[in-house]
Amino acid sequence: MDEQKILRISFFPHIRDKASTSRIMLDVIIALLPATAFGVYNFGWRALLLILICVAACVLSELLWDLGMKKRVTLRDLSAVVTGLILALNLPPTLDWWIAVIGSVFAIVVVKMLFGGLGQNFMNPAVAAKCFLLISFAGRMNAFVFQNVISATPMEVLKAGGNVDLLQMFLGNTSGAIGETSALALLIGAVYLFIRRIIDFRIPLFYILAFAVYISIYSIFTRGGIDGSFLAAHLLSGGLLMGAFYMATDYVTSPVSPAGRIIYGAVLGVLTCTFRLFGSATGSVAYAIIIGNLLAPLIEKITRQRSFGKGAHLR
Amino acid sequence: MAVLTFKGGVHPASNKKLTSSRPAEELIPKGDLTFPLFLHHGRHAKPVVKGGEWVSAGTLIAKADGYVSSNVHSSIAGIVKYVDFDSIVIENIGDVNEEPRSIVKPYTELSKKEILTLIREAGIVGMGGEEGYPTHIKLSPEDPGKIKYIIVNGCECEPYITCNNRRLTEEPDKIVEGLKIVLRLFDNAKGVIAIQDDKKAAVIKIKQYLTKDHDIHVKMLYSKYPQGSERQLIYALTKKQVNSHMTPADVGCLVLNVETIYAIRTAVVEGRPLISRMVTVAGDAIKKPGNFKVRLGTNIRELIEAAGGFKKEPEKVIIGGPMTGESLVDLDRPVTKDTNAIIALVHDPVVRVHQTNCIHCGRCIEVCPSRLIPTKLADYSALGMVDLFRENDGRECIECGSCSYICPAKRSLAEGIVMMKQMIIDEL
Repeated sequence: MDEQKILRISFFPHIRDKASTSRIMLDVIIALLPATAFGVYNFGWRALLLILICVAACVLSELLWDLGMKKRVTLRDLSAVVTGLILALNLPPTLDWWIAVIGSVFAIVVVKMLFGGLGQNFMNPAVAAKCFLLISFAGRMNAFVFQNVISATPMEVLKAGGNVDLLQMFLGNTSGAIGETSALALLIGAVYLFIRRIIDFRIPLFYILAFAVYISIYSIFTRGGIDGSFLAAHLLSGGLLMGAFYMATDYVTSPVSPAGRIIYGAVLGVLTCTFRLFGSATGSVAYAIIIGNLLAPLIEKITRQRSFGKGAHLR
Repeated sequence: MAVLTFKGGVHPASNKKLTSSRPAEELIPKGDLTFPLFLHHGRHAKPVVKGGEWVSAGTLIAKADGYVSSNVHSSIAGIVKYVDFDSIVIENIGDVNEEPRSIVKPYTELSKKEILTLIREAGIVGMGGEEGYPTHIKLSPEDPGKIKYIIVNGCECEPYITCNNRRLTEEPDKIVEGLKIVLRLFDNAKGVIAIQDDKKAAVIKIKQYLTKDHDIHVKMLYSKYPQGSERQLIYALTKKQVNSHMTPADVGCLVLNVETIYAIRTAVVEGRPLISRMVTVAGDAIKKPGNFKVRLGTNIRELIEAAGGFKKEPEKVIIGGPMTGESLVDLDRPVTKDTNAIIALVHDPVVRVHQTNCIHCGRCIEVCPSRLIPTKLADYSALGMVDLFRENDGRECIECGSCSYICPAKRSLAEGIVMMKQMIIDEL
């Protein structure tokens, strides 16, 4: 019976793990759903529209690029959807749609595809696009509308020395970018990513830890002691959690070695805090991650693990 | 009992349950038998029979040519059908009676040289998957006094395969005896039987035969792949690292597969050459998966029939384990000294994978037992960058396939690395 059938041959191994690129991307999308859903609940249909526009623009730019360059269409890996979603969640809910489109096209075409597509970019496309938009459309990117009135984000309030409601910040009933207001929603997604073993704990842990230590030292000098609520407010505000769990952990642009991940996380924490305390209120996370992305290859190089048996025996 | 291990490795589904609890069956071949004259290492054995000649089971049919080469014996009585450059085919007349053998002394009365000669004459080679290196050479290191551990490798970390497990459970006394024989060659060595913790029954069986008067110990190892890899096993047991420029003897260790130890015992105690071995036949395409005591040279088609044949047509048939085995173009292959398993799969998972660019997830680096950067090495290989490949220790790859197994982008990392490694070795 086996005479007719041709047996398949291939190089070993003949079995493969279930994990795939598209499954990993799908997991990231699933992890972002609570934050997405909360963003839509908090900011209404305009937020939903903006998310759809970003995702569609990212997917379309990748499709057109692949077709135009006569390359294999790579949409199946879902990475374009992830980029669109992360970018959208980083935008103010009332941002003009065409700015979102410009950001999406920039992310996919300039940051990702021009460098060779998935895995070849040296900056996170969504984060790079956010920085690009922050620089190019500073005013519109910083106009946050909440419950139909222009209102300052908790971080801007904090920066101006005002008081914030920690519980509301944790739940997310505040002004801010679409996906970054609710710490709760972001943490639920993060737990999912840990359970699915998509991300390593080192980058987010050391990012947040370095950030917290920095803030604590800062408050000792400026406020005469560690101020718990000031620290909590900083941890919950802005894009810190979004950045630490979803953007800094991007495989492509972060180091792979365990020690490298610790250093990378700490560098991001220090940079974010510096930008936030001494620079402008918005974009500190995005700027920190972009600089971190540029440092990643160097960090990886100095933290390379030693090969098994290296120098074990001198003949 | 402490469970020992190394850093890295993967956890593929073991799929051992179907075959691990059933006793091995004896298979008497009916068709012609084929004996290859060469197995991975050294020189071809020189045929000592001609077409038309009668042979019995155990007759020497090809003699080792030089030091790195091994004897080949017929495993059945029959007529030599033909002899060609790389194999001898014997027409089976259905008689399994063995050639009368010379009376052997008890092994305790044999000198070291006599033991080594018996092992060499019996044509024993490494019998783990894809090994085939002559055992008498392994047992003759520069300074035998420096050998501290004789390790019996019963890890069997490859999925599906259970032949070592069966051998350890069915004939534990013979494994212990085989190890005692090898220990006679090394004055300062103790014996270690290394078994993965998924084979607790085998550990219990072996322990029954350990007596105080011999320095033999059982060690349990954590069940993961490639726990049975020589370098990783030595590290787990002794914390000593062996690299590609060294042999295990450099750190005072010698590692022998369970089947090899069994063959050594058969050769020394019974004076019989290596003419049969245990083989696992498994996979979801096999009707009655199990272990078989098979005469060397048996066509694997017969072996598959003994296991009930195919329940469904397989897409892929692998000789050896699914991690490092070789996929077959057709089933006309004989069982050789290093054939530990035949695995037939209904669906070949490899052809269905969707390959993407590397996403730099770091999984290959995490699992690499040699702690290399497989993704980079595969890139260097694809781009022909030999110097970078060398600088990044590409030659330290142990060819375990863990990187390709784990890669979510489904890149054939091991393939690329092995290709370049081979190229570098060929250049030397």
